[in-house]
Amino acid sequence: MFCLLRVLSQRRLLEDTRQRENQVATRIQSWFRACKVRAYLSHLHKKAIIIQKTWRGFTARARVRQMVKAAYFIMKMNFYEEMAVRIQRRWRGFFQRKYIHNFYARKSYLQGVAAKNDLLRRELDELKKLQRRERDCLAMVKEQEAKVYQAQRLHHLISTKQCPGVFNSPFRQAPHEMELLLRQVKYQVPTRLAPRGRARPQGIPSPTALSFPGNLGSPWTKTSRTCCSRPVLSPITTKKQQVMTVKVWTMTDRWSVNVLIRFF
Amino acid sequence: MMSQRQIIQVFEQYQKSRMQFVQTIADLAARPINIEILQNAGVMSMLRPLLLDVVPNIQQTAALALGRLADHSDDLAEAVVKEDILPQLVQSLASQNRFYKKAAAFVLRAVAKHSPELAQAVVACGGVDALVLCLEEFDPGVKEAATWALGYIARHNAMLSQSVVDAGAVPLLVLCLLEPEIALKRIAASTLSDICKHTPELAQTVVDTGAIAHLAQMILNPDAKLKRQVFSALSQISKHSVNLAEMVIEAEIFPAALTSLRDQDEYVRKNVATLMREVVKHSPELSQVIINYGALSGVIDYVNDCRGNLRLPGIMMLGYLAAHSENLAMAVIISKGVPQLALCLSEESEHHIKAATVWSIGQIGQHTPEHAKAVATAHLLPKLLELYMDASSSEDLQAKSKKALKSILQKCTYVPGLEPLLYDAPSNILKHVVCQFSKVLPHDSKARRLFVTSGGLKKVQEIEAEPGSALQEHINAINNCFPEELVRYYTPGYSEALLERLDNYQLA
Repeated sequence: MFCLLRVLSQRRLLEDTRQRENQVATRIQSWFRACKVRAYLSHLHKKAIIIQKTWRGFTARARVRQMVKAAYFIMKMNFYEEMAVRIQRRWRGFFQRKYIHNFYARKSYLQGVAAKNDLLRRELDELKKLQRRERDCLAMVKEQEAKVYQAQRLHHLISTKQCPGVFNSPFRQAPHEMELLLRQVKYQVPTRLAPRGRARPQGIPSPTALSFPGNLGSPWTKTSRTCCSRPVLSPITTKKQQVMTVKVWTMTDRWSVNVLIRFF
Repeated sequence: MMSQRQIIQVFEQYQKSRMQFVQTIADLAARPINIEILQNAGVMSMLRPLLLDVVPNIQQTAALALGRLADHSDDLAEAVVKEDILPQLVQSLASQNRFYKKAAAFVLRAVAKHSPELAQAVVACGGVDALVLCLEEFDPGVKEAATWALGYIARHNAMLSQSVVDAGAVPLLVLCLLEPEIALKRIAASTLSDICKHTPELAQTVVDTGAIAHLAQMILNPDAKLKRQVFSALSQISKHSVNLAEMVIEAEIFPAALTSLRDQDEYVRKNVATLMREVVKHSPELSQVIINYGALSGVIDYVNDCRGNLRLPGIMMLGYLAAHSENLAMAVIISKGVPQLALCLSEESEHHIKAATVWSIGQIGQHTPEHAKAVATAHLLPKLLELYMDASSSEDLQAKSKKALKSILQKCTYVPGLEPLLYDAPSNILKHVVCQFSKVLPHDSKARRLFVTSGGLKKVQEIEAEPGSALQEHINAINNCFPEELVRYYTPGYSEALLERLDNYQLA
């Protein structure tokens, strides 16, 4: 019995210690399991890190390669664009300066305008001079014709051998020009009552009028025609005039043709 | 008992007295003094039955007398219309001989010339058709009288011209141009000019019959009056549109027409200048064509030689030229157009001519600083200002000079030219002047020095401007170009401020 008590108390003690040992054992086991799990987890983590690391490196390198390609492309494009800008700049400058606003062309144009102005001014001055000369000439011719007409009407005042005429006074050194005219002019019976100027038919212009793209010499023929059997005007003065007038007309003619040609 | 001969003698005597009456009336009517007296004596009612007289001579002389009467005065012409003489005349126009036709056409012309209503009356009784029939006659005198009458009808307004054209007058008129008689050519050219002047359509109708070529051939004709009419006709044609002007230029009148710029007759010169103005105003290309022949020197000499209203086409031509583009304006400048315009401005007293000159100057100076400098060196800016400020200038002149001044000032960078304007200008002009100074002075040191020494800076300080206005900003911009002491020195009231400081100064 005594041993039974000892066994019972031993068992009670053991029961207590069993509880405690159980607990301890559980704890040790759980701790060990935890270590195992931890080791497993850290192993997993390490492997996951390795995978992620490799993957990230891979993608990053790919991205960088892409970025490098893009940067290279952009650099090339910038270069091309800059070169293109240089070309366009040169071209646009050239084109503007040559075709749109050519400074030298404008300068020479303005000089040309000034030169043309001077040319025209000179030619118009010459033309004016010529015209004035022609008008003077015509006036002279008319005057001379009037004098001859007068001489014809006053033919009876010519001096004879016996009796000196009005224009040939003995006190003069030389006879008056009227006297000379009277001597040269041949008397004609006046056929017209009205003075010559009015009895002209409407269509024919007066013989002393000029027509510009002129009829060379025809005014003179007309004069001789319309004045019937009228004698040639006094030789000394008229010959000079005749020559001069014809010369003037030829000059004006040539000039007018020249003017028209020169401007084209 | 009267024998046959005696009875006939009675008739002959009556006829003689009628003839004498009519001839005396015709001679009296030739002098304007007698017209009143004749009118009071009731000559119209006396002449009317004589128009229907048996003897053709009396008819003609009666018509001639009637024409002369109607020619002189408005009332008599109206009386002719009121007494229904016109329908009779028109009817007999068709049938009678050429002397009567001439006289009848003369009457129609005399009536139509006074006013559009009378011309309308002539048209209404079929006068135009009868006159066009006359144009087909052989006798040049009849054609001349008919053309003249048509010209006077067409002169008044577009409607009447249209009725003349509708009657088919234009081809016949062009044929008249080709006739050898100078007087007929003159009148035909004048009538064409009167027809063309109203509307582009009428001008186009005339051009379609080939009138331009014939007119162009007559340019070198020595007759001055013919040249007047020819150039007038060409300018009336070309004034309407670019196409018509181009057609006129294509007829190659140009180098030859320039010789007429020195013609004896002043109206020929004026009409050539008018033609050039009408052509130039349409487009720069046409202007270039004309300038390439050296026309600028011709026009400038023309403006130099003549006076008064005759100068107007020349001045306006220069203005239109300069308005197109800046190199045409530069061409005007190098041909010494600006001194010439300055001369015109000082010599002429009429306001419309001055207004035209001012407008031309504005067109020349408005393009670039070079152009504005050319205008400023001719001392034109003070003159323009004077015209603008002058109370006696007409409104048109004032408006034009203001506009010209503004447009030139906006481009002017020539400092000596701008300075005189600082002193007298009103504020709206002044702000442009000051604006220009503020643009020029920051960059040019010599100009700054000149500005100070000539008293410009002083004047600028004296200008009162509202703070914040554009004028004040420009003044500030100018003040920034100079050192502060200089600006303070010239500020009005500076001497007082200094003295005040002296008063407040206490010896330390």
